[in-house]
Amino acid sequence: MRDYVTFLFRVWRLSFQGSWKFYAWMTLLSAVSLLGLNAYAHQFVQGLQTSNMTNQVSWGAYIANFTFLVGVAAAAVMLVIPAYIYKKEYMHEVVLFGELLAIAVIVMCLLFVTVDLGHPERFHHMIPPFGIFNFPGSILSWDVIVLNGYLLLNMHIAGYLLYCRYQRRKPTKTFYIPFVFLSIVWAVSIHTVTAFLYVGLAGRSYWHHPLVPSRFLASAFVAGPSLMILAFQVIRRVTRYYIGDQPIFTLRMIMTVAMVINMFLLGCELFTEFYSPTQHAAAAHYLYFGLHGHHALVPWIWSAMALDFVGLALLISPLSRRIAGLNIACVACFIGIWIEKGFGLIIPGFVPSSLGQIVEYLPSLNETLVCLGIWAFGLLLFSWMLHVAIPIMNGSLRAQPELSTTNP
Amino acid sequence: MSHEPENSVSPKTIEQVYQPMNRRTFLKGTAAAMVGMAGLVAALKPLLALERGEVTLHDLLQKHYRELSPADLERIRKSLEAKCEAEYGVRPTIKDLKPLDGVGFGYALNLTRCIGCRKCAHACLAENNQSREDANDIEMSYIRVLEMNKGAINLETSNAYYDPEKVPQKDKYYMPVQCHQCAQSPCTKVCPVQATWQEKDGLVVVDYNWCIGCRYCMAACPYDARRFNFKKPTIKPEAINREQSYLSNRIRPKGVVEKCTFCLQRTRAGKYPACLEVCPTGARVFGNLLDPNSEINYILNNKRVYILKEDVGTQPRFYYFFDK
Repeated sequence: MRDYVTFLFRVWRLSFQGSWKFYAWMTLLSAVSLLGLNAYAHQFVQGLQTSNMTNQVSWGAYIANFTFLVGVAAAAVMLVIPAYIYKKEYMHEVVLFGELLAIAVIVMCLLFVTVDLGHPERFHHMIPPFGIFNFPGSILSWDVIVLNGYLLLNMHIAGYLLYCRYQRRKPTKTFYIPFVFLSIVWAVSIHTVTAFLYVGLAGRSYWHHPLVPSRFLASAFVAGPSLMILAFQVIRRVTRYYIGDQPIFTLRMIMTVAMVINMFLLGCELFTEFYSPTQHAAAAHYLYFGLHGHHALVPWIWSAMALDFVGLALLISPLSRRIAGLNIACVACFIGIWIEKGFGLIIPGFVPSSLGQIVEYLPSLNETLVCLGIWAFGLLLFSWMLHVAIPIMNGSLRAQPELSTTNP
Repeated sequence: MSHEPENSVSPKTIEQVYQPMNRRTFLKGTAAAMVGMAGLVAALKPLLALERGEVTLHDLLQKHYRELSPADLERIRKSLEAKCEAEYGVRPTIKDLKPLDGVGFGYALNLTRCIGCRKCAHACLAENNQSREDANDIEMSYIRVLEMNKGAINLETSNAYYDPEKVPQKDKYYMPVQCHQCAQSPCTKVCPVQATWQEKDGLVVVDYNWCIGCRYCMAACPYDARRFNFKKPTIKPEAINREQSYLSNRIRPKGVVEKCTFCLQRTRAGKYPACLEVCPTGARVFGNLLDPNSEINYILNNKRVYILKEDVGTQPRFYYFFDK
């Protein structure tokens, strides 16, 4: 116990030590986070009138970002599976980073849901015995369970492994292996349940079809790995932790397969929407071509399509065998999927409204600042966790420093 | 590629972790912490504009409507009355009317007769104390009247924002839509905290003091029947209806969802809904579905009845019918 307190103390001290570049980076992220917090404080006082949401489009940028990020968090499983099921040794070098990313991203998800609430201070209404938890009726209550469960699972696994590494002892398998396997199933569940939030609503035909969860998973397994590929390169460039090319190219392979499936499912969706001219296709019409003179999302979705196709073309061609090509593919896929899965899924669900009226939506400045703040905070959290975890991983922070190799 | 990294966690900084804190690092840390705190305080400054009593401990500890004791409810109703007087300058009477035994409300609307005058939508505002900027602002009304093209019942080509000189227009007919008080209500099913539920007379109500404002019910509703208070309601004192009820037309706080309750404050006291009373053509029929001799049952048994979006499976208590 005392050792653990010392550990926490050292982690705390390490959190505030680093090069000037580290300080500059963390200060920048803190500043943007505070900007977002300020925007949120305005929203808290004035209500959601600070957003551009309306009775017709009652969910907007917050829920769009939330949906996308749940996928990124779930994608940590794409490091866990090669490492623990296929026993790829080189994936064990990086699997922890995937878990840390999942933690940061789930925190972002929870923040995005919280800022969307009209009465965040009544949050305890969901927690028995103070409140009433509408389980299993409401899919939102399922989502609360799976998201928080996933957060705890990853915190346990990552925290336990890091502490063992710090103490230089071999982790006890029964303490974490069952949780690792549970986390694989759990990762799939968080994104499936999030898809069911929308699929379950029979009144919104744009959401009410069974392809949504599969497409969610496919696109998640592109967006998540693309972020990790970029993160790994940053890690090996600015820290003393060696990450070889093998994990990166394993992720490239996963991304490629997932992207092909994602685009295939997109094709199926477009065929169903457009082949027969049904009224149910009105939302898709609005998204891709505009409806009755309203076009707000058209440039967005075609940018997303272009980015998706550039990403796909790079991934399946030899160009992405080189790091530069792969990086472009990652950025293109990440942004493309962010648009099509966030805005491209949420907003057309409300346009036209359930009574056929068209009210358009793009986020307000205040909403955008809150979103930016949460992204910055997530990045801040991930950077901090890496800053602390990497010295433990490479052995420079350990229980008995006199054995340290970093001090020749 | 070179992996000779520039190290952000140099051996020197790691060594510092193991040494006791010295005066210099302590002072540096304190200074940084103060700058951080100043930033945090500056960011949270808008919170100073919060009105006093907006978030009180009483509110936070209040239980769900269905778990309140009669004494608690009494106290809360009185404090809401006082709050309304303090904020809007008018003291209302907030009642708590319970569902009546042997009553299941039903509503039918005659599409042959409706002329699209929107009197119902305006009467709804006058009765139910919704937020509005001026007399023409009917966005928060629980009734949306759709102008439909003759020849089909097609919502996609309907227009809720029609504004001709005179109604009815020649090639149009009109379809008012409000909460259908569905027996299989998607809105109550999805609410994560059961802040909205169906009462035994069929009315779907909201506990405004329990709603967390997630708006999932709005996404679930196929009839666009729910409204959200994006801001604190604006309503002129002279426009306030003082006859209020806890689960229906009392003035809502900001950040919660509200909806049509078939004017629960009237109908549970034996009156007709405001939208029915004001209708100049007698297009609206309201009554007790459980009474075999009621007018509503006569209509359902003898007229050509149409249920909006029957395919969604919501089993509404609101019906449309045609005369000829």
